[in-house]
Amino acid sequence: MSARSDVRQASPARPLQSRSFWGAFLVGAAIMAAVDEIVFHQILAWHHFFDRSTPAIGLLSDGLLHAASLIALVAGFFLLADARRRDALARPMVVAGLFVGLGLFQLFDGMIDHKVLRVHQIRYGVKLLPYDLAWIGAGVVLLVVGIVLTVRAARLVPARG
Amino acid sequence: MSSPAAPLAVGLGPGAPAVSAAAIQHAVGFPPGDLGASLSAGHHAPGFDPGLLALLPILLAAALYLGAARAERLRATRDWPAIRTVSWMLGLLIVAACFVGPLADAAHTGFVAHMFVHLVAAMVAPLLLVLAAPVTLALRTLEVGQARRLSRLLRSPVARVVAHPVTASVLNVGSLWLLFATPFGHALLEAPALHPLLTAHFVAAGFLFAAAFVGPDPAPHRPGFGWRLVILLPALGLHSVLAKLVAADPPAGVTASDALAGAQLMYYGGGLAELALLILFFAGWFRASDPARRRTPAGVSVSL
Repeated sequence: MSARSDVRQASPARPLQSRSFWGAFLVGAAIMAAVDEIVFHQILAWHHFFDRSTPAIGLLSDGLLHAASLIALVAGFFLLADARRRDALARPMVVAGLFVGLGLFQLFDGMIDHKVLRVHQIRYGVKLLPYDLAWIGAGVVLLVVGIVLTVRAARLVPARG
Repeated sequence: MSSPAAPLAVGLGPGAPAVSAAAIQHAVGFPPGDLGASLSAGHHAPGFDPGLLALLPILLAAALYLGAARAERLRATRDWPAIRTVSWMLGLLIVAACFVGPLADAAHTGFVAHMFVHLVAAMVAPLLLVLAAPVTLALRTLEVGQARRLSRLLRSPVARVVAHPVTASVLNVGSLWLLFATPFGHALLEAPALHPLLTAHFVAAGFLFAAAFVGPDPAPHRPGFGWRLVILLPALGLHSVLAKLVAADPPAGVTASDALAGAQLMYYGGGLAELALLILFFAGWFRASDPARRRTPAGVSVSL
């Protein structure tokens, strides 16, 4: 947020070089993964731990994604802490990164995990199309919001955000 | 059975040894009962529990650490954080519980308890032991000549290879795969007499793994944070994959519902332990990349 902390660079901020953006991006992706795990696997029990038709490549990617989401959660928080320590925590960048992370994970989960790799389906014993559309649609909306916020953040935040 | 285990298990090598139950019986001297059969059902002479043997080295480790920490504290210019001593004792206590007592007994009879022992022996206890900085304590309290020899040993090419994150990951996750996803491993699981050996192996491999990635002990040859992260991803990922494979293709003698419960414990419980490892890892990065930090040589930091 702090505006005039840096005088050397006057050019607009580059979100893709911002610790605030990437830290929040990683946290956002990890939050969506956690929502998927907690709400849909555990509470609703719509998703299954594995399903008999899961191909090997699906299991492999699922395991790597699980590890990656744990890493993203911790890495994201420490990146944000690092940005704060450097007095470079920019709120618009954080919000933008968060939405891009949420949206991209949701989109990846809905399209790659469920449809391409067929790790598991959203719900069993129902017509899948509406669920898939809602899933992927939610991802698209979040991602578009994130992109708009990112473009705005680039204009709002002075360089070094 | 058309399970996803088959194509993935091939990754371990097409020649993964398929050891027959008879061969195991020949080697061990016990007929392999299924995991559901209890140790106490009489594979051993009454009154003798092989897990008791493990108490000896554990007590020795506790006594040596306590003595060394006390020696450090008694010196005027030195100190040894109490939290490290607590971490060491707690780690040893958990290890001991995996060898003798109700938890160890339950692990012989039930798959879920067995998995729980794996979880705490290979992931939780090693983290606590590594955080106790045993090598630092040894180097500080040994006589100069002995300390130098220990330091030379730790820097030897063999130690460097064994303690490398890749080697440590392969030893740790690889032996889990061998155990849970190959016929050879399933045969091992069915020989209760081998359980204490397996537990000892997993404590050691877990310690090596944790020490390769985090911890306050000196590690001059540890790869940088970026490389360690690159190695950590498949190491943690393959652990999760294996958990799902256990659910999809239960080891012999384990019911599908037990396998699912054990697999979920491995997946989610393991996830919690991995989270702790990751927090320590990134906390290390956070400290090391402090822009205000004066440069200090590796291993001098005193914080947990």
